[in-house]
Amino acid sequence: MQQEVVLALLAKEPSHGYQLRARLREALGPVGDAMNAGQIYVTLTRLEKAGLVASEPSAGLADRPDRKVYALTPAGQQRVADWLTEVSWPRPDLAEFHLKLVAAAAAGLADPIAIVDTQRRELLRRLRDAQRAAMAEPDRSAAGLLLEGIVLRLQADLRWLEACERTWTPRRDQS
Amino acid sequence: MNETGAPILGARALRKEYGREAGLVRAVDGVDLDVAAGETLAVMGPSGCGKSTLLHLLGGLDRPTSGELVLAGQRIDHLGERALARLRLGTVGFVFQAFHLMDELTAAENVELPALLAGVSPRRARRRATDLLEHVGLADRARFLPSALSGGQRQRVAVARALANEPLIVLADEPTGNLDSEATLDVLRLFDSLHTAGQTLVVVTHDARIAATADRMISMRDGAFVDETRLTGGSTGSLGTLAGLEG
Repeated sequence: MQQEVVLALLAKEPSHGYQLRARLREALGPVGDAMNAGQIYVTLTRLEKAGLVASEPSAGLADRPDRKVYALTPAGQQRVADWLTEVSWPRPDLAEFHLKLVAAAAAGLADPIAIVDTQRRELLRRLRDAQRAAMAEPDRSAAGLLLEGIVLRLQADLRWLEACERTWTPRRDQS
Repeated sequence: MNETGAPILGARALRKEYGREAGLVRAVDGVDLDVAAGETLAVMGPSGCGKSTLLHLLGGLDRPTSGELVLAGQRIDHLGERALARLRLGTVGFVFQAFHLMDELTAAENVELPALLAGVSPRRARRRATDLLEHVGLADRARFLPSALSGGQRQRVAVARALANEPLIVLADEPTGNLDSEATLDVLRLFDSLHTAGQTLVVVTHDARIAATADRMISMRDGAFVDETRLTGGSTGSLGTLAGLEG
C-alpha cells in the first residue's frame, strides 16, 4: 500500500486502523479483496517512524496497533497536500509487446498473429473478470467507478491488438 | 454456466454473396457454426467483416446464397417468405443497435405487439408484456412512449419485445452500439440474467465488454471465422493487480 494513500485517508480525521481499512474497502470494493489486512498497520508503523503520523492509545485499551488512534502530523499534512497536487499517471508498457511481435516476425520464430491471438484471449479473460465485478456493483458506487476504469483500459488494449493484427496480417501472407 | 444443451442452431458452409463477377462480394464466406442451447455466443469483428449479414442469415432476415442452416432440428435455408416470417415472429427474437421501436406505441404496446401478431389474446399479450417490462426493470415506464425513454431504457424495451414470444434464440446486432457506459452495463446485466435463465443468445458486436461476458467469442474477418475463445472457466487472478494494487 502506497504511503500517501494511507496518509490521505487519515486527512479526514484521526482514525483507528480498522476505520481506514473500512474506507479502503468501500472505495475499492472487489478490487481490494486480495489486500492483506495487516498491510495498513505495517504502513502506519512506517509512517509513524517517519514522523508523518502520530498515534495515541485509545483510553482504557491495551497498547496494540489495532487499538491506537492515528493522526497526521503537520509534516504528514504537508505530504498529503503535495501528493494531491502531484501529476502522476501510470505509463502503459506497450513497447515490450510491440518488440516481441517485431522480433518474432523478423526472426521467423513465431507467427505474430498467433501471439496477438494468445494475448487477446488473456485480455478478454481479464476484461470478463473486471466486467463481471462491475456488473455486481450498485450503480454509481466508488468501487464501480474504479472497475469502469479497468474495463476501459482493457478495451483500449484490445483495440490496439486489433490494430496489431491488421498490420501483421499481410506480412504473414508475404512470407 | 449452463451451456450443456444440444446445438439449437447449426450452420454448414454458409455463404452469402452480393453482386457478380468483378463486383462479387462474399459477405459470409463459408461459415460453420454450432450454437448450444443456453449458450451466449459473441461474434466479434471490424465493421464490414460480415457479422451483421451472418446474423441476418441466422435469423431468417435474409437467405443464404448456399450452405445449410438448421434451427431446432429444422432446415431453414430454403424456407419461403411466409415460413420465414413465421420463424422470425415465433422462434427468433431480434435486438438491433438502433432499437427499432415503434415511436407511436408505448413501451408496453411495443412489447406486446409480437405476441398479438402471433395470435395471442390481447389479455395474455398484455400480461406477458407487463411481466417482461418488470424483468427488464421498466415496470414503471410501461405507458411511456419511446421518445420519453433514455437509450438504455429503449434498448431494454427492445430486449423485452424480443422475448415476447418466448423465442428459442435471441439474436442481437450491436445492442450496445448506441449506448453510454452506464446503459451498456444495464444491458450486460440483462443479458446475464437471460443467460442464467437458460436463454440462448447470439450477439454480433465490436464491443469487447459483451464478448468478454459471453461463454464463447468468435473473431470474424472478411466473412470467415478466424479465431475462437472459450471464456468460461477460472479467473485470471486478483482484480487488484489489474488496478495497480500490489497483490
